[in-house]
Amino acid sequence: MNPAGWTIMIVSVGSVLALTAYCFYRVLTLPPVEVTEHLKAPLDIDTGDTRDAD
Amino acid sequence: MTAMSRKVLTQKTLLARSSIDPESATNGLLVMAVFPAQAGIQAAAVKHLIPVRAGMAFSSKITCLSEKIAMSGKETEQWASRLGVILAVAGSAVGLGNLLRFPGKAAMNGGGAFMLPYFISLLVLGIPLCWAEWTMGRYGGNRGFNSAPGIYTVIWRHKLARYLGAFALLIPLVIYMYYVLIEAWCLGYAWDYLVGNMDLGNDPQAYKAHFNDFIGGNADGFVYEGGNNKLVGVLALVFGLNFYFIYRGLSQGIEAFCKWAMPLMALCALCVLVRVLTLDGDKVIAGLGSMWNPNPEYLWKPQTWLEASGQIFFSLSVGFGIIINYASYLKKKDDVALSGLTASAVNEFFEVCLGGLITLPAAFIFLGLAATQQGTFGLGFNALPNVFAEMPGGRFFGFCWFFMLFLAAITSSVSMLQPVIAFFEEGLGLKRHASVSLLGFIAGIGTLFCLYFSKDMLALDTMDFWVGTMFIVALALIQSLLYGWAMGIEKGERELHEGANIRVPHFIQFILKYVTPVYLLAIFVGTFITQGPDYVKTLKQGGVPVYAISFILAVFGLLLLLVHTAGKRWDQEGRFDRLPD
Repeated sequence: MNPAGWTIMIVSVGSVLALTAYCFYRVLTLPPVEVTEHLKAPLDIDTGDTRDAD
Repeated sequence: MTAMSRKVLTQKTLLARSSIDPESATNGLLVMAVFPAQAGIQAAAVKHLIPVRAGMAFSSKITCLSEKIAMSGKETEQWASRLGVILAVAGSAVGLGNLLRFPGKAAMNGGGAFMLPYFISLLVLGIPLCWAEWTMGRYGGNRGFNSAPGIYTVIWRHKLARYLGAFALLIPLVIYMYYVLIEAWCLGYAWDYLVGNMDLGNDPQAYKAHFNDFIGGNADGFVYEGGNNKLVGVLALVFGLNFYFIYRGLSQGIEAFCKWAMPLMALCALCVLVRVLTLDGDKVIAGLGSMWNPNPEYLWKPQTWLEASGQIFFSLSVGFGIIINYASYLKKKDDVALSGLTASAVNEFFEVCLGGLITLPAAFIFLGLAATQQGTFGLGFNALPNVFAEMPGGRFFGFCWFFMLFLAAITSSVSMLQPVIAFFEEGLGLKRHASVSLLGFIAGIGTLFCLYFSKDMLALDTMDFWVGTMFIVALALIQSLLYGWAMGIEKGERELHEGANIRVPHFIQFILKYVTPVYLLAIFVGTFITQGPDYVKTLKQGGVPVYAISFILAVFGLLLLLVHTAGKRWDQEGRFDRLPD
């Protein structure tokens, strides 16, 4: 392998590794997703007659 | 007082407490009373006490989830975790193209010089298109649609939009039909390595003959002659596995599977990589040179640029109709910018860091320059088994390699089913078991078609060129126009940055509007000019290619009919009348 080949390989593999590492670092260090309140109480009234409507 | 009246009164009281306009909701309840059997939206909306007709005001206190229920008629599936969706999209993108196609294309188009157009295409075409698809998918999903016909219509309020969406159903469906067959080859080879059936010596012809026997490449209809029951068994297993994961649903099926399949795939690839790089030092360096030494003359050939941009495009799975469907299950404030970039980065990791360092160098070390000139299947199923035979511990590493290819394939194939399932459910109102059964029936016919017409892989090759190559570029072009011109880049940029964890540079929007469509058109024309005449010639000869094209057209016709039915259903329900901008 010639020096140009080494250079291209190191730059290509290095840049992809750097990008992947950066992305995973950002994703894994994000604060946990807040669980939104599921407002079911008065809205979730099962009248029973709509079961298996489709 | 009738039971229904009592129910209405009771619910009015409850609504008064929850600040929803009782009169509007009563109308909704009356809809249920008058049309009790009417499917989908009305029943589900009434069940959640949400008014169903346009113009019925409802309280702003209703949550985002309820808005989605109101628009789609049912609670939609959602991803369980941020990492899960990223791995699912990356799993969809990482496939045989990363590990077999990329090294071959690079070697035949200037080696290291190929990387310049390759990375330019990644930045100008690949990643921007991914962002556009993620953005449009989440935008449509938050307006109650998970399938391309619905999402396209949300973006472009024109009747034609839904029919364009049929392409985004046809492409993953038809590709699945033959891709699952290749997946079965990979699992079959992995099994053969595991049980020691691949000790065929060092004669390259023996591996070629084994491959042809295994896939039935010598004659059509080999299955019916009892020639290869093993492939049929493996195919049935793989086909069943795909549908098992899809039946389990988005988060418990696809996401859960990709969460362990992707790391396992990386582990298998790293095992093989370490083995290859620790072989005879001089030979390894020479093998790497076959892949990475640049030949600058190739930079002046348009073919090199076409191949590089094509590789980026096919590798990232843009234009498959999959990302747009996956992104539709995101919530309004879920990030798409960083997630899209991360999924692309994972794909590049498998392609450049693993595919670029394993496949071609390994083949070159043992087989010399001739191995680098083989096609995708030749390299994967003929050259590499020959390499493993000569490598210390080859049986174990052969198993790792083909099991990794199998995982790469199944994480892709399972993603191809979801867009069509989503359409059957929301467009036709089918439940999961019905939609999975219908899809299994259609996909099964296509797979049996490819299995039967196995001679020289003509059926597979024809489907791969027209649907897996030309249609994909066409669909990507459609989607780039939808994003840049129908949705508009100002709105697109705003949507992209909704909940984003990184800032995407503004010039990307101009690239998406002006550069990407032209680039895609050039790829489309260039690919057709370079490869099209051969395929057109085979069509003139009749036989299997004509059957394959006829089959594709029949499936497309069926999908158009179903899209038409779904469109009428959506229109009757007024699904597009009460969408926010």
